[in-house]
Amino acid sequence: MNVRLRRVLLVGIVVLFVAAAGLGCAKDKPKDQASSAPAPQAPVLAKTLNVYNWSDYLPEDIIREFEQEFGVKVNYDTYASNEELLAKLQMGASGYDLVFPSDYMVEIMVQLNLLEPLNHNNIPNAKHLDPNFLNLPFDQGNKYSLPYLWGTTGLAVNTAKVAEEITSWEELWNPKYKGKIALLNDSRETLGLVLKTLGYSLNTTNQEELQNAKKKLHSLLPSIKAFDSENMKNMMVSGEVWLAHAYVGDVMMAAEENEDLVYVLPKEGGVIWADNLAIPKGAPHKYTAEVFINFLLRPEISARIAEEILYGTPNAAAKELIDPEIAGNPAIYPPEEILAKCEWLQDVGEATKLYDRIWTEVKGY
Amino acid sequence: MESRNAFASHCCALMVYLFLYAPILVLILYSFNDAKYSAAWEGFTLKWYSSLLADRGVLAATKNSLIIAFVSTACATAIGTLTAIGLYKYTFRYKRLLEGILYLPIIIPEIIMAVSMLALFMFAGISLGLKTVIIAHITFSIPFVVVVVKARLYGLDASLEEAAQDLGANEWETFKRITFPLIRPGVIAGALLAFTLSLDDFIITFFTAGVGSTTLPVRIYSMIKLGISPMINAISTILLVSVVGLVLAVQKLEGSKLKINYKGG
Amino acid sequence: MSVMRDRQNPFTISTTAQALLTLLPGGIWMLALLVAPLGLILVYSFAQRGAYGSIIYAFTLENYLYFMDPLYLKILGRSFKLSIVTTIICLLISYPFALWLVKRCPRSRPIFLLLIVIPFWTNFLIRTYAWIILLRTEGIINNALIKLGLISQPLSLLYNQEAVLLGLVYGFLPFMILPIYASLEKLDWRLIEAAYDLGSKPWQAFVKVILPLTMPGITAGCLLVLVPSLGMFIIPDLMGGAKTALIGNLIQNQFMAARNWQFGSAASIILTVLVFFGLAIYWRVAKWAKQEVL
Repeated sequence: MNVRLRRVLLVGIVVLFVAAAGLGCAKDKPKDQASSAPAPQAPVLAKTLNVYNWSDYLPEDIIREFEQEFGVKVNYDTYASNEELLAKLQMGASGYDLVFPSDYMVEIMVQLNLLEPLNHNNIPNAKHLDPNFLNLPFDQGNKYSLPYLWGTTGLAVNTAKVAEEITSWEELWNPKYKGKIALLNDSRETLGLVLKTLGYSLNTTNQEELQNAKKKLHSLLPSIKAFDSENMKNMMVSGEVWLAHAYVGDVMMAAEENEDLVYVLPKEGGVIWADNLAIPKGAPHKYTAEVFINFLLRPEISARIAEEILYGTPNAAAKELIDPEIAGNPAIYPPEEILAKCEWLQDVGEATKLYDRIWTEVKGY
Repeated sequence: MESRNAFASHCCALMVYLFLYAPILVLILYSFNDAKYSAAWEGFTLKWYSSLLADRGVLAATKNSLIIAFVSTACATAIGTLTAIGLYKYTFRYKRLLEGILYLPIIIPEIIMAVSMLALFMFAGISLGLKTVIIAHITFSIPFVVVVVKARLYGLDASLEEAAQDLGANEWETFKRITFPLIRPGVIAGALLAFTLSLDDFIITFFTAGVGSTTLPVRIYSMIKLGISPMINAISTILLVSVVGLVLAVQKLEGSKLKINYKGG
Repeated sequence: MSVMRDRQNPFTISTTAQALLTLLPGGIWMLALLVAPLGLILVYSFAQRGAYGSIIYAFTLENYLYFMDPLYLKILGRSFKLSIVTTIICLLISYPFALWLVKRCPRSRPIFLLLIVIPFWTNFLIRTYAWIILLRTEGIINNALIKLGLISQPLSLLYNQEAVLLGLVYGFLPFMILPIYASLEKLDWRLIEAAYDLGSKPWQAFVKVILPLTMPGITAGCLLVLVPSLGMFIIPDLMGGAKTALIGNLIQNQFMAARNWQFGSAASIILTVLVFFGLAIYWRVAKWAKQEVL
């Protein structure tokens, strides 16, 4: 065989072998990670902790403090939606020790057996949490999760362009604001607000109620500038829209750049939600994750988080320590009467397909 | 008439470049804007560039992106070029089937590729990390390289290769000195495409990345919810400027070589 | 070393060996890393859905039947229409540009080519956001036009179908330019000269000589634009205000919020099969017309 040709073949085979070897070396963990043997009895802090969180949802300096105090290196990755988190966890061991699913997502993950039960002995600081935020319908007994931050979904109003006081979701249908409104690109949240205006529960699975909601939302379509869950801030600050369906934290941040913006929680109530601390099944450093949770639940730490991220803290002891201006802000901490009207989003089970269909119909006319 | 055509042609090209670079200029401009969400110009600042140095997440992600892009482009271009040549030259029974399989990544939606690759890695017990992302990137880049190189191969004058063989060249020499130089623009175009695809991929990377192997697009996408800081504009600008600088430097170096090679025109 | 050489195969190794050498790496890679896992998607498409979205491995056709509904078929049709229009616009822009590029001196051609691709080394999201800054009601373009006195009311350049089209064309332009350029570049311009010598006008020379010879590049470009643009969902969401459902959004949604991987898989398979049908028809027609195909 020709020398040159032999060389080419050799190079080709070497490349393939290197690739195969690379893959082979990758198989360093045993396949069966989900149902691992019980951890050793004497809990030992691991060297690393893998945290998977929403972007900008945990101040860097707090992570540094934890690293210094406990000598643990924190690997921090971020995601942008509950569904992405779910998709990642659903396929198998993701390698993460701590995740921050929202309320309804906790319920789904528990049903799909994707979370580890928490060992509350390792989390004594949970006693600081406000009982109103414990034992919620999506995780009775807090077996798998503890609340981290909470908030509501309401309306962002540009007071420079909107003269009247906004108190109801119905204002979105006011022809004065045609082409100047934006809604969240989330089927549950948006259908939810429409259901609220019709006096229904936003967790309803009643066909008729949902069809009515669909018709009402459909009638609003020509007035909507855009469905957007992420860019509301930009649109409000620039004046592109005057009324926007938005999460309270987003509005607080936008208000820092445009003082005309205020947050309104309409009188019909809206969605109250919470992001929670949870440990995925098969997490390699479960004990360390629980230590970290305990660290985050320290009142001073929770207070600092709440002051920087501007969402509500479910930590009663922490709330005492927060800057009174923030603690007294009715946007972040709404009055009891309206809070009572708010609902937690719950998974609608079989009706998920129906919700998705209606959502597609609204957009696919 | 000639000059009028030429003028129209130049205008067309200029408009295309303006179109392509309009958002880029905006992007660069706003990396100096002293406002986080506002689109209005609030003043010149360098704070986003300095905050970049403090954000280890973004820097790590950028490093990962570049490593993945270079490695996957190299492999995909090599494999893709070989495959393109094979498909062009030889016919065999199930050729169309093989071509169909090759074109699959172009056809199927990205999320399908993402989910199926993740399923494969899970099934094979391969832990997620940088290498799984590289493998996934190579997989979706190969078809693009194949398509571009094949387009170049067609109409290649077969008599040139025959002539070389008649003159006594063996297959490797023929490839090295006749075929490859002729298809080189196609290979380069394919490589450029693969590099671009890899640098900017989000969905497939998201699903196949492991802890600590986040890339820039994944990091940026996760920032959407709370607002993309102009820091991202800053890093994009830096990346852009460095790559352009690198390319210009390479061109300068090649310049002296090119002068000799292009004597024949 | 003395070796038999014949007219058909003048090389030292057999044709089969050559074929294997070139095709095996790519073939094995794709088979292992693509076909196998896609089999899983096929399985998902025939599986049932648990109440919380879990996969129940019991055979059912319901996912496919669910798609056979005017709502989803309309979405599919709308997506194809949008992708076709995008492809045509890309072609109309790219071809003249490639013609211009090919006439530059050989030294500057790589630079001009690179300049096409470089914008796409910035992040996709940032580029899209930059377009939003340009196109919004109080954006750069509107402000400039108003300042120049050309319009009195801002134009609605964003959150509509036209904006989506702009975004798609922008995103896929290099995919059309590169293959067409690669094809044009190797054109023997003496053929054009010969055509002129034989009395044809520039337009005729273009249609009868240049166009047919660059067909492979054109079809490559069309393939690379038309097909991936079908699965696009980010641009319709960001630049179109997420007001219209396209097949890309639909499928994406099934894997995310709707937690219906089964339906998402079925929809994807349907889309893939349709595209393959289109390709097969094209191959048949091209063979019949004796065109060189990709």
